[in-house]
Amino acid sequence: MHEFPITQQIIKLAEKHATELCASRIKSIKLVVGDYCGFVGDSIQMYFDVISEGTLCEGATIEIEHVKPKMKCTGCGTLFEREFLSFACPKCGADGEPTEIGKEFYIESIEIER
Amino acid sequence: MHDVLKVNMMANIHDENDHIASHTNEDLTDQHIYVINVMGAPGVGKTTTLKNIIKNLQGLKPYVIEGDIESDIDTRDLRSLGIDTFQINTFGACHLDAPMIHNQVQNIKFDEKGVLFIENIGNLVCPAEFSIGEHCKMLISTVTEGSDKPYKYPLAFEKADAILLNKVDLLPYLDFDEDFYMKGVRALNKEVPVFKVSGKTGEGFAEVAAWIQERAQEEKTAHHHHHGVENDHHHHHDHDTAHNHD
Repeated sequence: MHEFPITQQIIKLAEKHATELCASRIKSIKLVVGDYCGFVGDSIQMYFDVISEGTLCEGATIEIEHVKPKMKCTGCGTLFEREFLSFACPKCGADGEPTEIGKEFYIESIEIER
Repeated sequence: MHDVLKVNMMANIHDENDHIASHTNEDLTDQHIYVINVMGAPGVGKTTTLKNIIKNLQGLKPYVIEGDIESDIDTRDLRSLGIDTFQINTFGACHLDAPMIHNQVQNIKFDEKGVLFIENIGNLVCPAEFSIGEHCKMLISTVTEGSDKPYKYPLAFEKADAILLNKVDLLPYLDFDEDFYMKGVRALNKEVPVFKVSGKTGEGFAEVAAWIQERAQEEKTAHHHHHGVENDHHHHHDHDTAHNHD
């Protein structure tokens, strides 16, 4: 459910950008999606295929780069992917703190035809 | 032949939501309204918590926006106590977003300075991701949910500006591991105040209300400081880190 308005937003942003560049069609859209941002790639593509009809995005493919969340160790500074039910650093055992890695949600690039 | 071109965009998909949220935030700050985004899983006692806080609130008029997938039971409940309450039904959507709040706020007449509590949809995942114009995110957590929740839903605990640990009157009957819980909370959020409260006995809510009054006062004396919105702008500048994740 919650991918619907987000997909509308993706189409709106991509179309605006493509129109400014006088594109006739958008071939593909590359998204960067952190695992903590809570959006499911397959759902975005499903809504996209329906909502994009009649827009410059019609028929475009969505390519998603997923980013695993990482914590930063407060002891030794290592960036690490945490284990289930723990925030401990695998190197030194100190607790990690949250970083912005894994919260990404942006359109990296589009491929357009002119 | 068509000319095919790859164009970098680096466009944050939340930008429009965040832009509307900061607009709402400025508008309400100007009207001396302190906005609290109340988040928590279904059944943690969000509405009961609001009633208890409001009972203890001094010198600030309470306003409430109730977000529910459907029904207006909570709204009728709060109105019967004389609290100015407004209903938003999302009919399926799992969180409130900035445009919904922006539209609703246009219809509210804030006749006195005060606090606007926005009770988000009962959900420990999605509400944490969307800024709705708040000055403060308040997370209601409970001893009945279990002490592992910070580890399972880290984003909600990381983003919270205040955490209420509710239903502490039930501690004698549960195996809640408070040290494990607090260790998780502190790893995610070093400074966040954690208030132990009980909706049943009313304990702890005077402290919460006092904290809100203090924060609302600080907001008034520092107009330019919009904490919640600043927070949400961090991830706009993280494109570099995004590429280094391997």
